[in-house]
Amino acid sequence: MPRGRVNQVSKARDFKKSFRDLLKYLKAYKWAVLLAVCLIVVGTVLFMLATRLVGDITNELQTASDDERAINFALVTKNALIALSFLITNYVFNYSSFVIMTIVSQNITYRLRKEISEKINRLPLSFYDHESFGDILSRITNDVDITANNLSSVVNQTFQSITMIISAVVLMFTINVPMTFVTFCCIPLSLLIVLLVVRFSQKYFRIQQNALGTVNGKIEEIFTNHTIVKAYNLEPRTMSDFDTSNNELYNAAWKSQFYSGIMNPLFGLVGNLAYITCALMGAFYAIDKVLLIGDVQVFITSVRNFNQPLSNISSISASVQNLMAANERIMDFLGASEEDPEDDKTATIENVKGSVEFDHVVFGYDPNVPIIHDFSAKVTPGQKVAIVGPTGAGKTTLISLLMRFYDIQSGDIRVDGVSIYDMKRSTVRDLFGMVLQDTWLFRGTIRENLTYGKEISDKELEHICKEAKIDHMIKSLPGGYNMELTEDSSISQGQKQLLTIARAMVQNSPMLILDEATSNVDTRTEELIQEAMDRLTVGRTSFVIAHRLSTIKNADLILVLRDGNIVEQGTHAGLLSAGGFYSDLYRSQFENK
Amino acid sequence: MLKLLKYFSLAQWIGLIVMLGLIFLQTQITMAIPGQLGTIINAVTDGQRDVIWKSGGIMFALAISEVFVIIIINYLSSHIGSGFAKTLRHKTFEKVQQFSMDEISGFSTASLITRCTNDIQNVQMTITMSLRMLVTAPLMAISAILKILQSDKQLSLITMIALFVLVALIITCVTIVVPKFKHIQKYTDDINMLARENLTGLRVIRAFNTEDEEEEKFDNTNKSLTHTQKVVENVMNLLFPTMNFLNKTLSLVIVWVGSYLIARNTIDIGTVTTFSQYSVHILMSFLTLSMVFVMIPRALVSANRINEVLQTQVKIRSGTGKTPAVADGSITFSDVSFAYPHGDENVLENINLDIKPGETWAFIGSTGSGKSTLINLIPRFFDVSTGKILVDGMDVRDYNLKELRNKIGYISQKTLLFSGSIRENLLDGNPDATEEDMWEALRIAQAKDFVETLDEGLDYNLSQGSTNVSGGQKQRLSIARALIKKPEILIFDDSFSALDFKTDQELRSTLSTLLDSTTTIIVGQRIGTIMNSDRIVVLDDGKIVGMGTHKELLKNCPVYQQIAYSQISKEELDNA
Ligand SMILES: Nc1ncnc2c1ncn2[C@@H]1O[C@H](COP(=O)(O)OP(=O)(O)OP(=O)(O)O)[C@@H](O)[C@H]1O
Ligand SMILES: Nc1ncnc2c1ncn2[C@@H]1O[C@H](COP(=O)(O)OP(=O)(O)OP(=O)(O)O)[C@@H](O)[C@H]1O
Ligand SMILES: [Mg+2]
Repeated sequence: MPRGRVNQVSKARDFKKSFRDLLKYLKAYKWAVLLAVCLIVVGTVLFMLATRLVGDITNELQTASDDERAINFALVTKNALIALSFLITNYVFNYSSFVIMTIVSQNITYRLRKEISEKINRLPLSFYDHESFGDILSRITNDVDITANNLSSVVNQTFQSITMIISAVVLMFTINVPMTFVTFCCIPLSLLIVLLVVRFSQKYFRIQQNALGTVNGKIEEIFTNHTIVKAYNLEPRTMSDFDTSNNELYNAAWKSQFYSGIMNPLFGLVGNLAYITCALMGAFYAIDKVLLIGDVQVFITSVRNFNQPLSNISSISASVQNLMAANERIMDFLGASEEDPEDDKTATIENVKGSVEFDHVVFGYDPNVPIIHDFSAKVTPGQKVAIVGPTGAGKTTLISLLMRFYDIQSGDIRVDGVSIYDMKRSTVRDLFGMVLQDTWLFRGTIRENLTYGKEISDKELEHICKEAKIDHMIKSLPGGYNMELTEDSSISQGQKQLLTIARAMVQNSPMLILDEATSNVDTRTEELIQEAMDRLTVGRTSFVIAHRLSTIKNADLILVLRDGNIVEQGTHAGLLSAGGFYSDLYRSQFENK
Repeated sequence: MLKLLKYFSLAQWIGLIVMLGLIFLQTQITMAIPGQLGTIINAVTDGQRDVIWKSGGIMFALAISEVFVIIIINYLSSHIGSGFAKTLRHKTFEKVQQFSMDEISGFSTASLITRCTNDIQNVQMTITMSLRMLVTAPLMAISAILKILQSDKQLSLITMIALFVLVALIITCVTIVVPKFKHIQKYTDDINMLARENLTGLRVIRAFNTEDEEEEKFDNTNKSLTHTQKVVENVMNLLFPTMNFLNKTLSLVIVWVGSYLIARNTIDIGTVTTFSQYSVHILMSFLTLSMVFVMIPRALVSANRINEVLQTQVKIRSGTGKTPAVADGSITFSDVSFAYPHGDENVLENINLDIKPGETWAFIGSTGSGKSTLINLIPRFFDVSTGKILVDGMDVRDYNLKELRNKIGYISQKTLLFSGSIRENLLDGNPDATEEDMWEALRIAQAKDFVETLDEGLDYNLSQGSTNVSGGQKQRLSIARALIKKPEILIFDDSFSALDFKTDQELRSTLSTLLDSTTTIIVGQRIGTIMNSDRIVVLDDGKIVGMGTHKELLKNCPVYQQIAYSQISKEELDNA
């Protein structure tokens, strides 16, 4: 069995829908596209006319030599000049239409990327419990790339081919009607082939794009966990894991290519059949003196001309299929349901005092399995509240509810008497400065990371870091505030935590949440920071989660959580003397068994 | 690009050669069909109907056989193209797996991901799309050029001028575009990196309301990418219309000039018409080539990027020493100093340690003092700058890497689990583990209770980054993964930080009763976690400033005293 999540490949989805989705994007540029199409059509017609004119010149030369008369140079020159001007115009039109379509399709791909990046931030967190990052990344790079590579050429070539076909047909009609009808039969026959083949091959294009996503997902995760792969000699496992997906991709890739490639020789065959039939018919007409042999030749050449764009269509159809498969994945992601809209929510709090009230809160990640059962607590403004409890008790969950990362099932949470569900999410989140259990920093300088989302001067920044006692640590790093953090940050875990604390302090929000903010920081530094923080947060409500009880000893209120319920609350001294769960927890650090 | 050719397998080479032969055959067939037209036309003049029928029959047979030939070519080319891409992906992935931390951060993870998929995809597309054209087009061009050179000089000159213009144009476009394609792939790396950053930082971004900032950052790169793409494409867009234009103009000029030549009786009309046909052939083949040239620059850049990965010398490689007979888990550091590959200052200086089999050693020290760095040297994530480290009496650099790492159960400071079930993650520790082994490991790691409460039990699916379990649960799972390995040496890098004291205490006491013969190294910040260790090493700024038991250090190591008193009051310490 393959490891981890398996992509739900090839759920039947209709082709028309993803086509319509794509059309929506094209619609924004309908005038540009229309202009491009006109340019292509007019250009191609001119091109055909020029071909005709060149043919006229040849005819003139031929008849002149046949009749043994002098060549009519006036006619030749005139035709040549007209043809030349047509060709130049066609050149300009042709290039212009390419440029227009390139710009349009690049703008569309730009929009797609932008929308995906915005979508990432609008999806509920629970969405990501089932998605692999690498698969999402594949959509934003590989799938969008395919759209970019194919969109403009598909439009250009389609219209070009159609015009060429039509002009060739017109040309043929002027020569002989029955033979033209024979060629005409090619069109429905070709369409039939397209439909048959596409029906078969489209599936593999879809599997291919999905498999590419899976491979990308595997790669992303395995590279991210490189340390573990090394430490546990997981290379054989990851390798075979990767090879499974790689093989899947390979199978889909060659099949999609092979099956869509079948169209080309089939089209060729249809074209050849028409060609042969016409050649035979023409020959017999010529014998019967219905047609001149020269006309037969011209006709047969135009049958060739007719086949060329037709076989183009077969290669276009492969592009279209690939485009649709990629586009479908993009649209799937863009179509995922977002967090509830909240345009109607207007509540705000002026002059935040900082009272927080949990009122009979019930919550479970799976609505049927509550993790927080009927939780109520009241925090008065300016209190330092510590939440303690064994791992998995629901401490982080509680904070996530407060930050509205998840929505509660029943009950209410109120800040200064206003329900956080009457406010916009962004309003609620602005109330809190937060340090999460998981340290996250982005590529950029330390300064950029600290001033994240805030406009403050370098001086102010240093001032805050000094106050928070983190300045010293930063200055000891190579480059100080200007040190470039890489993707895989080249600083120690504790240093990262200190930076995230500084980042939260810079935010200067009315309330503060620290979730295991100093778990990897040494206790002497922690003590310094604690004091600094107590000074900086005077009058601000703050929530602190910590396992090191030294961190929370001086909290105004300690909530002891167990299995999502408060089992005790009070101050350090009070709880110790009560001799309950907390004092148990506290004493366990000195026990020697 | 050529460098990558060596990754073609023998079967692929054979397929390729067969394919080339078939392509040649196909061009012959394609040309033979109109060739029959001459016979038919002659037959028309002679009025031979049966000859016409026969020619028709031949043409038909040719057309049918062409279909089969093309289908076989198509079969081969799709296998070769996708197969080559598969091989490249496999090789690149395999190579990255061998990389040490240094090489990974040299490339950056995001870029490695792009190289493994997007770049290879580019190469594959070009190969499958252009293989045929690359063969047919020159074939057609050469035969046509040869024929042309045999006929009229003046007309040949005109054709050559047109050809020259074309080649000059292609070269110019490619030269302009190649450096731009480098940028495009670089931007793709950045797009990947920014989106990945956004995904890993979802919560922080939401907490800080900085969605707009992230989107703006992304947007800037997106704009640069789009802009460069537009420039590149519009340069490449020149090729096709120009070819088309030259093609038609050339035949126009040929008949035009030809008409004057005919008037002067230098050539006859037949020469002009055949000539114009051949020159069209040449340019047509270049036209096909132009489509190839549109794709090649990007593929070249991508191939180069793949090659960079494949050519990288991995610095940390297995040694050739024989594995020592005694495997008891002793570790010796002698005069070890270490600086990160791109840092200039020593992060560790003059470290001497002598860890006896079965002992428990603890490392404590301030943030950034070098604890993680020190223990990362044991499984050879990095190599020492000077000095040496012995495990079981042998230098770690002499070990086969696999054997060395097999001795060690390593729990990283930042918990990393794979998405997938708990069971799969435990099997990563020991692929042969039975169900009982798993529960036993979970029991020791104090994770049994929590896994039992899950409906799915061991089959509970962890999400990527294990966001669907709590921090402490995650940490305990990673501990269980190390325990199930039953290694000689266990390394805990601050791995109790997310555990509450009670769990921490229970875990350690279970451990100490079970792991008598296992050498254990613990990095910790809590005095409670480490005070019972056989020996405690106090690190400060990369140097050892104290070594001894808890009691000894309390007496004579000022740094240790400070650490201790920052956590527990004097009385409590004395009571303990
Ligand atoms: N996204 C999620 N989906 C499903 N279950 C979850 C999710 N996140 C957490 N849980 C479960 O909810 C419970 C509470 O988790 P929470 O993270 O709140 O614990 P915690 O008290 O913060 O623990 P710790 O001290 O280990 O961080 C745990 O049993 C955990 O497995
Ligand atoms: N990949 C790296 N490249 C360069 N310097 C690094 C790298 N990783 C860590 N450092 C630096 O080396 C020093 C020691 O880091 P290390 O991670 O060993 O500290 P630590 O003692 O484990 O700290 P903590 O308690 O915070 O985990 C720090 O100053 C850190 O900035
Ligand atoms: Mg560390």
